Amino acid sequence: MDHLFEFLLRQGDNALVLGHRTSEWCGVAPALEEDIALANTALDLIGQTQLWLGYAAEVEGKGRSANDLAYLRDVYDFRNALMLEVPNNDFGRTLMRQFLFDAFQVPWLTALSASSDERVAGIAAKSLKEATYHLERSSETVIALGDGTDESNRRMQDALDYLWPYAGELFGQDATDQAMQDAGVAPVPASMRSVWDTQIEQTLSAACLSRPDTSFAHSGGCNGSRHTEHLGHMLAVMQTLQRSYPGAVW
Amino acid sequence: MYAQMVKSEATKDDPEQLAAFQARVDADEKIEPKDWMPEGYRKTLIRQIGQHAHSEIVGQLPEGNWITRAPTLERKANLLAKVQDEAGHGLYLYCAAETLGVSRDELTEMLLNGQMKYSSIFNYPTLTWADMGAVGWLVDGAAIMNQVPLQRTSYGPYARAMVRVCKEESFHQRQGFHVMMAMANGTADQKRMAQDALNRFWFPALMMFGPSDKDSVHSSQSMAWKIKMNTNDELRQKFVDETVPQAEYLGLTIPDEKLTWNEDTKEYDFTEPNWDEFFDVISGNGPCNVDRINMRQKAWDDGAWVREAMIEHAEKKAARKLAAE
Ligand SMILES: [Fe+2]
Ligand SMILES: [Fe+2]
Repeated sequence: MDHLFEFLLRQGDNALVLGHRTSEWCGVAPALEEDIALANTALDLIGQTQLWLGYAAEVEGKGRSANDLAYLRDVYDFRNALMLEVPNNDFGRTLMRQFLFDAFQVPWLTALSASSDERVAGIAAKSLKEATYHLERSSETVIALGDGTDESNRRMQDALDYLWPYAGELFGQDATDQAMQDAGVAPVPASMRSVWDTQIEQTLSAACLSRPDTSFAHSGGCNGSRHTEHLGHMLAVMQTLQRSYPGAVW
Repeated sequence: MYAQMVKSEATKDDPEQLAAFQARVDADEKIEPKDWMPEGYRKTLIRQIGQHAHSEIVGQLPEGNWITRAPTLERKANLLAKVQDEAGHGLYLYCAAETLGVSRDELTEMLLNGQMKYSSIFNYPTLTWADMGAVGWLVDGAAIMNQVPLQRTSYGPYARAMVRVCKEESFHQRQGFHVMMAMANGTADQKRMAQDALNRFWFPALMMFGPSDKDSVHSSQSMAWKIKMNTNDELRQKFVDETVPQAEYLGLTIPDEKLTWNEDTKEYDFTEPNWDEFFDVISGNGPCNVDRINMRQKAWDDGAWVREAMIEHAEKKAARKLAAE
């Protein structure tokens, strides 16, 4: 297994899958301003996908493109974190997920910006600007909705309780992670945990939300061993044209 | 157009004030929110700008229908950015309408309860990816015909909104044309989709300009006020004349056997759309009217808790700040 390829798929698939989920809001968000902001986030993530998967395809060296990787792989070849593929549900869960992810991405991309691999460092530096802005917005929204009304507080707590067992997967430490650390490409994701915990602590307390008291973490997305049932449905929609009309140029 | 069959309101104002107002309009002065204006002018504009804004928002739905199925990452990003622009257009237009003393929430309620309309075109379904080409090319193309002259409309905030909107609409039109071109130059299946999309969208696009001038009530007052700049038939003719060569370039056939170049008028002669169908669509019986409004209603209802919480949070925050001072 090529660890660098695997590592790049993880970055690209996270962006691809979350970007896709976020794009599902277009036209139906709670207010026009939110509709526009969610589309911005989705556009940033699609752009990041193109960079990560484009590099992954080059590293693989089999003549595939970023689009081939996005549209012609099946569930077990995807390497995104499970948290990013579960359905949007309501606006609360969507923003809570965005926040939990952004709070990881900011320190993570900061570290990757210093990667020994120049391409990784470049993509990370560009993505970091976007992630920093996303975090600002998602944390503010989580605080506003947590603090807002009884109903909004309850919805945000439900969202947090649902997502929490998925969040732990972000902090992996497997053979690929180790290989990337040895090569100076990236630190192991597990080392982001304490920075993330601090950010989460701060935001949740300002949002009048309580951190769930379980440390259980689902896994199986980042290594592809067991995705949720939801990913297959997403891919069925996303890949329909490429699958139905093989070889067509769009 | 995005604002079809907007009824101009009668006005019962002081004749001297009216004459002075008309003189300003005739002199191409811009009317601004704080200026005196006839009640009919204000009401007609609210209806027209509101209908235009609603069209942008409801118009997100038929294209939003394909965002999650876009065939490549580039196409997905382009389409999403385009639909996002439409949300932005809606926002500018609601803001322009607000300067006339009606709130965005009030306008939204009127859309949802059927008191206000949106363009007939968005009641047609988008069935294949080629429809993303056809909508950009034809629907945004038709919108431009109407909106470019509206940049010179007499009401300042509306004219300025149109300037921003028009820049983006011509980009949308080109983007749609490129999608169409890829399909028209593609596989046999793709060509078939492209032709089918043109077949389904041609006449609905012609209907966007509204009924024929001979049947179009209310336009003379709006034209005198310069909130309608051209007649429906003028704009429709211009659209046909510009679009026919584009279809030829794509190698697609416009679904009108009577379409011919007229050497005398230097224009195309063409078949009028089926106006019975048009009146069916605007009175609620288009293929998607019910689904479109249901979808807007659901988004509005599902989002209520978020809007309430945002307001509540802002109030709590302000109160906390005050208490700390
Ligand atoms: Fe628009
Ligand atoms: Fe447009």
